[in-house]
Amino acid sequence: TGRAGGRPARPAPGIGSRGDHPLSLVRRGGLGGEGAGVPGGPRGGSVRGRGRGPRARASGARGARGAGGRGGARGRAARRGGRGRGRGWGWGRGAGGRPEARARPGGGGRGAVGGRPGPRPRRPRRVARGRGGRRLAGGRAGGAGGGGAEGPVTPQPGLGLRRSSPRPARPPARGHHEHGPAVQEQAGDPRGQAGESGLGKSTLVHSLFLTDLYKDRKLLSAEERISQTVEILKHTVDIEEKGVKLKLTIVDTPGFGDAVNNSECWKPITDYVDQQFEQYFRDESGLNRKNIQDNRVHCCLYFISPFGHGLRPVDVGFMKALHEKVNIVPLIAKADCLVPGEIRKLKERIREEIDKFGIHVYQFPECDSDEDEDFKQQDRELKESAPFAVIGSNTVVEAKGQRVRGRLYPWGIVEVENQAHCDFVKLRNMLIRTHMHDLKDVTCDVHYENYRAHCIQQMTSKLTQDSRMESPIPILPLPTPDAETEKLIRMKDEELRRMQEMLQKMKQQMQDQ
Amino acid sequence: MDPLRQSSPGSSRPSSPRTPPCEMFDYVGIEAVLDQLKIKAMKMGFEFNIMVVGQSGLGKSTMVNTLFKSKVWKSNIPNLGTPTPQTLKLHSVTHIIEEKGVKLKLTVTDTPGFGDQINNDKCWDPILGYINEQYERYLQEEILITRQRHIPDTRVHCCVYFVPPTGHCLRPLDIEFLQRLCRAVNVVPVIARADSLTIEERETFRQRIQHNLRSHCIEVYPQKSLDEDTNDRILNSKIRDRIPFAVVGADREHLVNGKCVLGRKTKWGIIEVENMAHCEFPLLRDLLIRSHLQDLKDITHNVHYENYRVCRLNESHLLPQGPGWVNLAPTPAGRPATPRSLKVCQQAQDDAKDEAY
Repeated sequence: TGRAGGRPARPAPGIGSRGDHPLSLVRRGGLGGEGAGVPGGPRGGSVRGRGRGPRARASGARGARGAGGRGGARGRAARRGGRGRGRGWGWGRGAGGRPEARARPGGGGRGAVGGRPGPRPRRPRRVARGRGGRRLAGGRAGGAGGGGAEGPVTPQPGLGLRRSSPRPARPPARGHHEHGPAVQEQAGDPRGQAGESGLGKSTLVHSLFLTDLYKDRKLLSAEERISQTVEILKHTVDIEEKGVKLKLTIVDTPGFGDAVNNSECWKPITDYVDQQFEQYFRDESGLNRKNIQDNRVHCCLYFISPFGHGLRPVDVGFMKALHEKVNIVPLIAKADCLVPGEIRKLKERIREEIDKFGIHVYQFPECDSDEDEDFKQQDRELKESAPFAVIGSNTVVEAKGQRVRGRLYPWGIVEVENQAHCDFVKLRNMLIRTHMHDLKDVTCDVHYENYRAHCIQQMTSKLTQDSRMESPIPILPLPTPDAETEKLIRMKDEELRRMQEMLQKMKQQMQDQ
Repeated sequence: MDPLRQSSPGSSRPSSPRTPPCEMFDYVGIEAVLDQLKIKAMKMGFEFNIMVVGQSGLGKSTMVNTLFKSKVWKSNIPNLGTPTPQTLKLHSVTHIIEEKGVKLKLTVTDTPGFGDQINNDKCWDPILGYINEQYERYLQEEILITRQRHIPDTRVHCCVYFVPPTGHCLRPLDIEFLQRLCRAVNVVPVIARADSLTIEERETFRQRIQHNLRSHCIEVYPQKSLDEDTNDRILNSKIRDRIPFAVVGADREHLVNGKCVLGRKTKWGIIEVENMAHCEFPLLRDLLIRSHLQDLKDITHNVHYENYRVCRLNESHLLPQGPGWVNLAPTPAGRPATPRSLKVCQQAQDDAKDEAY
């Protein structure tokens, strides 16, 4: 993957002493364990290099991190059980230095306490994976991830099992890392969503996270829409389940694709994504990196209109502008207006067109060969149903004596959580329970690194230094708000440079010997 | 020209000053004129030209098939290889449909690619051009010295505009299009693919659209200002309340309660197209075919076509300037010409014609 992760062996010039800080090791997520000695250096153009290879190799290092990450969790007796968990959420990532507590994060895992994960029990609605989940909507019994939570869930010392108020709280900020008394990190989870208006984006978000972020939203009238440009609206929600906190940020893009002339309507969105990368880059290169807020967009849900015959030119334009910057998950919106045959055809058509136009949407990672059949089957099903055909609903209706989320039509009731009706459950599982960590990994490993490499190359060419293996010290040309900090930074840079020179000298000496 | 145009009582021709009715002593047999008309009409057949406009995938072709219960239009899904056409190319299909001896020559014009591009500026120009072209053709035939007995009528009598069921309100593209086209042709907006909206959502959507139409002074068919008498007004008000109709199209038949109905079969139920509780397709069908077909043609001929004619003749200065002559140079694209001024110009036209002869 082109980035030497832990790099314990490397002296740490340039971008800080990444390898030393245990927290940062953990935080690197899938990357951290990589000490497979893959040489660093700015990642060139190649993007999708996030194979499983380095991870597997880094299993040793990873072991220290806990069972997190896909398929990486080797060397763990309780691997089986743990894997389910690790699959989505870097469970281990919170663990930091607590390998023993790795066993059974409750949330949404495979649910079996050791041994073969059983059939997935009914999951609580909102599960922040990791340490148990607090059920948000109440109602649903059963441990998070089934037996998992009741089982040996060892609440992290220092966290306590906090049962906060059942109603979901404010939306969490994107990517904000919360640190409790111990070494935990809460994953932030920014999501963007885009698609024309009226495709049910807000409703779907509501259904996914069972929060009403848009209670006070005022729909624009037609006159106001005419002069509308694409806005970027951020909502942050703090969600907590069984002691696991999740700061979720939803970025909405009202006005996208609405105007008569939609050329470059995705520009505000690309700018926003770049801005977040830039912010993170600056923070990362700064001095105080303990409290970096990760506001990068981890996932972009793109809503494709079900009324077309496939992708529209706007869709293609948008995806091509963003597929190298963010994980795009295409969805077919408002799928309740399509009969099953039409859905099938539309999905095929969209898949073909995505191939044809060379769009890189988010690919689900391959599962390991030693996964159990169940899991592989589910994985296969997941891949085959992409893009997901989803339906969202804000209302609860009565169907067959049960109260379910759905839409009431004169000819029938559409149940949102019914797998036969739509792929909402698959989407939710994918997004929250199984692939959340992977999405973040890819953002860190691939998209951010691309951005960073690009940025550094630009700066390098500006500074006209000869190319070295190590990345040059970035003197960020971006305006920093604080002159004081800037001075400090410059001082530190000088120091680092001096250290680097000393190192060179030492190397020379060693070679001469 | 339409044989019924002159004398049909529902015609929107402004009525000449009424002569006082006269008492009749006995049955004369005047009403037999209706039979004569009927025989003539059956011989000649009727023409109806309809245009469907909307983004691709909104079910236009299916709707046309459902309306006329026949495979008028083979819905064409563009292949993977063909790029979306950059300019709008309209194409028409003509069929002769016969029912109980009455022949209808139906022409359906489709507008593939409308609103599909990234930049949809001026995507309505080809459509306006087509409509005006048909008027032009008719005009040329009409001003010939030796005219044909029956001028082939290719003018667009009705334009059905498909609004995507977003549930919010009209989009800027919709508004731009409707503003321009309502001045040139009868436009009937419908909410397409209405099976993605629940009943409440439909109502809210409909209210918002009506509000939008009012605030932008867009007069869709049936136009309020062209109502002739109270009967008309009452009937049309009922229709205007329900515009735009929320329609669902289907060309497959399914078995429901032992009956074979047109509908869409989903996992949670069957949507019956002709069931008023499910969608408003019957209203659309009745409007277009059963109750207002003749009216559509009349208004096209008497109002829209006359507008066009006046503008054209003004341009070319063929119009004799009699009393009451109003200068009607072609209005610039921004200003909607209110139908009231149309009536004025029509009066002027008639007077001028009378003067000339």
